[in-house]
Amino acid sequence: MKLLHELVFPFIAVLAAFIIGAVLILIVGDNPIEAYRLLFGSALSWPDGIGYTLFYATPLIFTGLAVLVAFRCGLLNIGAEGQLYIAAFAVAWVGITFANLSAWILVPLCFIAAIVGGGVWGAIPGALKARFGSHEVINTIMLNFVAIALVSYFTQYHYKTPGDPILQTVPIGSGAEIARLGKFIPGLPDRIPLNVAFIVALVACVLVYFFLWRTKWGYEIRATGNNPSAAEYGGISIRKQIVLAMVVSGALAGLVGINEVMGYRYRFYDGFSANYGFTGIAVALLGRNHPVGVLLSALFFGMLLRGGIFVDAFTDNVTKDLVDVLQGIVILFVAAEALFRGPFGKFGLLKRPKV
Amino acid sequence: MLILRNITKHFGSVVANERVNIEVEPGTIHAIVGENGAGKSTAMRIAYGFYEADSGEILLDGEVQQITTPHDAIARGVGMVHQHFMLVGTMTVAENIVLGAEPGSVLSLDLTEAAAEIRKLSAEFRLSVDPHAIVENLSVGQQQRVELLKALYRHARLLILDEPTAVLTPQEVDEFFAILRSMREQGKTVIIITHKLSEVLAISDQVTVMRDGRVVGRLETSETSAAELARLMVGREVLLRVEKPDSKPGATELKVKNLSVMTADGGKRVDNASFEVRRGEIVGIAGVEGNGQTELIEALAGLTEPAQLSGEIWFEDRDITRQAARSRRELGIAHIPEDRHRRGLLLDFDLAENSILGVHYRKPVVTYPGDIVLDYDAIQQRARRIISDFDVRPPDTELPARSLSGGNQQKLIIGRELDLKPRLLLVSQPTRGVDIGAIEFIHRNLVAMRDAGCAVLLVSAELEEVTSLSDRLLVIHEGRIVGEVDPKVATIEEIGLLMTRGH
Repeated sequence: MKLLHELVFPFIAVLAAFIIGAVLILIVGDNPIEAYRLLFGSALSWPDGIGYTLFYATPLIFTGLAVLVAFRCGLLNIGAEGQLYIAAFAVAWVGITFANLSAWILVPLCFIAAIVGGGVWGAIPGALKARFGSHEVINTIMLNFVAIALVSYFTQYHYKTPGDPILQTVPIGSGAEIARLGKFIPGLPDRIPLNVAFIVALVACVLVYFFLWRTKWGYEIRATGNNPSAAEYGGISIRKQIVLAMVVSGALAGLVGINEVMGYRYRFYDGFSANYGFTGIAVALLGRNHPVGVLLSALFFGMLLRGGIFVDAFTDNVTKDLVDVLQGIVILFVAAEALFRGPFGKFGLLKRPKV
Repeated sequence: MLILRNITKHFGSVVANERVNIEVEPGTIHAIVGENGAGKSTAMRIAYGFYEADSGEILLDGEVQQITTPHDAIARGVGMVHQHFMLVGTMTVAENIVLGAEPGSVLSLDLTEAAAEIRKLSAEFRLSVDPHAIVENLSVGQQQRVELLKALYRHARLLILDEPTAVLTPQEVDEFFAILRSMREQGKTVIIITHKLSEVLAISDQVTVMRDGRVVGRLETSETSAAELARLMVGREVLLRVEKPDSKPGATELKVKNLSVMTADGGKRVDNASFEVRRGEIVGIAGVEGNGQTELIEALAGLTEPAQLSGEIWFEDRDITRQAARSRRELGIAHIPEDRHRRGLLLDFDLAENSILGVHYRKPVVTYPGDIVLDYDAIQQRARRIISDFDVRPPDTELPARSLSGGNQQKLIIGRELDLKPRLLLVSQPTRGVDIGAIEFIHRNLVAMRDAGCAVLLVSAELEEVTSLSDRLLVIHEGRIVGEVDPKVATIEEIGLLMTRGH
């Protein structure tokens, strides 16, 4: 019941976005019903549609969870993008450097690399905030630039196959590769890159829920996010919570590296992220900063990404920018919710005194 | 002047007002009293057009009026000052006052005339407000006068004041009442919503008492008493005076030696304070608010940066000056903070989660493996015990703390802290914003803690509260402990002089 209530507003936001989107499609001269049929039809077809939708959703689940954990501590982590780049490169580095190890050792080692890489990159702005009070939004944005440039440098000058025109590292050892889900699911061809990382993402949703709502550490993080003064009064060290939340957040963002490097390209490909870190903010917002919501909204965004390609190809005038427009409108509506839930109730704006 | 006739208002399934009849005579000060949630504010917001009544009529000067927005009310000479001020801090007094009805053309705002008018009104009602001062630089008391001026500037003949004294110091209350009296002399009508009985008796001509959304009495102030009003408000006999046996103090629990609390700019908020609190006694600290009480209690609770402290704090032969809040709690020090919204509660968390704040990391709240996982059965059990022992209403552990009334929030905090079986209890403003029935309950519990051997340090801005509860009374002035008096012997005047002059 409570969950249903929570879902109402995001649902309205999505619906409203599609209505406005339909008007825009009409204006550019296409049939909105046809466009939406293409969008959903291609995103939900079996096996390609569903396979790719889930594949696109995987990194968004990780980054959505990352933003959610930081947010529950009262922090806005805009640095998931940088954290996932560092982590992905760390995974590739381990996969290349220890290429001869067996999968039993190398896979866990790469997982640890993803977690540590993202965690460390998240810990830096956390520690800066805890120690000096410098704002995490500024620091995480700045560290994105640093991270992206740093991994690009290492790829270009140290880990590239000599002569390769593409900016990517040499392949990781075969022991570091994780299976595509086609191996286990009949009817799902092996060419679809949906892989074990999706299962990891589902497990991560459960673990994040358990961590935040069922452990004392989660309680302390949430208490700090809800009211830092009261948390301090309750004997909770706010500084520790800020660092802890940023480490966990960064580590979750870092898990994107598993999907990308171990399950998809089997190497580090420079500039691979299609703004996963930033879209994660939208995913968390639409998902009301709850793991279940994040899962649902990541699947929704995955659908848009997959379906957008086909709308682009098979309509006359609509391009895949429609997806960005829809995303933008959804976020506007979700953000506008605060107005509707204001102190004056449903018609708050109309009832405000004219004094 | 104003008559509310058979006003009924529901919020969903909750009845806020049920056939409410209020009659206010012109040129009088009319008090509306009742406990939190009795429907006083709702009735007045209906009169001001903030809410629309489900049924009933509003009459002004004998005529039925359609008041559906505050705009209608203002046009008919009704003004309202809310409990939380609606001022723009970065603008001047004059700018705030003309806001919404700016004089001059679209391109240029002409405030000279407005400023003159404000000066005239300010002099007429002895408000002494400078129209060019920036609002955020004014004291709370002065800001309230700006709100009054705002209503007067719009030619209000009837002023509705919602809990106007809640934010004022005792001195400011006296000045404020003088202003209200001068308004009455000038022919204005004033309605004052409050739950402080002493104020009703001090200022009003008539009083309407509300309980559970209904009017339960309309009295001439001169013919009633605090006891009668309290009985009407609560619906039963209420003990207004704390009755307690003499204390039997034991060993010293808390010893403060030359404690000072510095601010970042080098000032001293607590200045060289030394005192002791023994088992089985309540030591009160009286003082005008803002004289270092807050900083003193926070320093004792471990909420002050160690770098800001000098001096020593001893608890049972142990120097705790450098200890963190958590380890002090583990030693048996509990703390009821002065600001329950800022310090005491996680407002969006439910009652169960609030009931474990401070003990959330240790047994029996956590369970295996490794004492990390929260044990929700144990938490529920604990929350239900506190809720039933301390009569928190409504008794639903899954409600967010935000949804409770102030009194019930306070009972939850007190229950949580007393459930720790503390050996030292730091209490700050335990009954602020709490209604009469709950005040009596809280006082009884504090005395019971004392009688069970707990050492209690009590800070309160209510002089009557601190004198009637305390066994010994310290007076604080500008951060210094300026004297100790026997609360059974000392008069309010004596203590008041110490509080304000420091000697």
